[in-house]
Amino acid sequence: MDYFFQIFSKAINLILEADSDLFEIIFLSLKVSLTALFFSCLIGLPIAALCVIKCFFGRNILIIILNSLMGLPPVLVGLVLYLIFSKSGPLGFFEILYTPTIMTLAQFILIVPIIASMSIQVLEQILNEYEEMLTSIGANKKDIALTILWDARFPLVTCVLAGLGRALSEVGAIIIVGGNIAHHTRVMTTSIALETSKGNLELAVSLGLILIFLSLSINATVSALKKLSKEFSYD
Amino acid sequence: MRKFFLKVIIFLCSTFNSVVKSEDKFIIIQSTTSIRDSGFYEHIQKKFVEDHDFEIKVVAVGTGQAIKNAEKCDADILFVHHKPSELKFVRNGFGVYRKDVMYNEFVLIGPKEDPANIRNFKKIKLALEKIRNKKKNFVTRGDQSGTHKKELELWQQINQEIPNNFENWYIETGAGMGSSLNIAVNKNAYILSDQSTWLTFGNKKNHKILLKNDPPLINTYGIIPINPENCPKAKNDKAEIFIKWLTSKEGQMQINSLQKNGTQLFFSFYAF
Repeated sequence: MDYFFQIFSKAINLILEADSDLFEIIFLSLKVSLTALFFSCLIGLPIAALCVIKCFFGRNILIIILNSLMGLPPVLVGLVLYLIFSKSGPLGFFEILYTPTIMTLAQFILIVPIIASMSIQVLEQILNEYEEMLTSIGANKKDIALTILWDARFPLVTCVLAGLGRALSEVGAIIIVGGNIAHHTRVMTTSIALETSKGNLELAVSLGLILIFLSLSINATVSALKKLSKEFSYD
Repeated sequence: MRKFFLKVIIFLCSTFNSVVKSEDKFIIIQSTTSIRDSGFYEHIQKKFVEDHDFEIKVVAVGTGQAIKNAEKCDADILFVHHKPSELKFVRNGFGVYRKDVMYNEFVLIGPKEDPANIRNFKKIKLALEKIRNKKKNFVTRGDQSGTHKKELELWQQINQEIPNNFENWYIETGAGMGSSLNIAVNKNAYILSDQSTWLTFGNKKNHKILLKNDPPLINTYGIIPINPENCPKAKNDKAEIFIKWLTSKEGQMQINSLQKNGTQLFFSFYAF
């Protein structure tokens, strides 16, 4: 037990002495994951809205697929992307292997299903409440979609945060496609994996603590904003 | 609102483009973890960038995987430590040639209490035989890395079959050197490691080197430029510049000057 606490006290010291290398890693983590999150919302939320308001062919199958893709193993995503974007792979000419771009792509693939699936649940509920009213005033499908997306914005934030959580904590995919190259594709989670394998457990734990702190502050900010905007909207 | 989104997209695209533009100022080395974990590349890069205009990006995986990645053209240089595999790589047309760069040695790590009682042995093969006969825990990486291949060669040279991973004492981790060392330390097990990874490893606890300085334990590192005939995009000219520098007097002296707690980690192959 003593050993355990020693690690934590050392970790806190390391955080207090944070250097530019550490900030570089944190910044890249945030850049990759937030970009992936942005594009996932751009694709995932419209898919969810479409699934909810329209009865197109294969809709149920799409929902089932999205639901099961929530548990997509990151290592598999990394491996498949690696094979596709390897220089001898079909899309190798893009030359994005071992760059932050492909790491973003990997995280995008991992979190689109999460955001879409969870949003479908949320939107369905809202639609149940609103549908009659909206159709009675003659709203078309597009208006309905926009209305429920807007009115569900607070519960949707939770879906988006779940996606961000997955992106920030993921290591299996990005270590394969990014290569964990120092100063180029090294992020929080791959650093933790690296330092653990080097036996530098204190450093690994302190990086983990920073990661937790990071997602804690993101969540706190969002929930503060949520509260603030709710107060305003009730005026 | 729409304008805002448009601006965000343009901003994001431009940040990506900046990544793409800087593309040509580097070479990619597929390398073993042991060379990276020892801080070798930071040490080398420091000197190398002084009079060169490109830098080195290192992807560190096990030797087996590094070779596979290099065969797929995802590298400009292959820098690993299993000579037979390296020669085969060149023979099959994936590399231009193989050049020796440096060496150190493999060491047998074990718990201080030494349950198989091998600490006075001078020959690695006798030690492995005894560990096997006494069925004391032994961790193997099982990932086709250079260290794993070396270990398999040793088992074979003892003229016995390679131990079966169904046996309780023979623990196959399927992980890199450092992760396997972490497991060996906690399982009270013996393990074969390259010297540099062990010396730079931070979680030694109760383990120490029990056997070294046996000729079969030599660990040589060879470097191979990727064949541009096979991989047209391989940056052969830059690769040649780096290899020439690394095997020059300046590069070899830089290799020799890398130390950890006063112990030299790698030894230059060429004397000047």
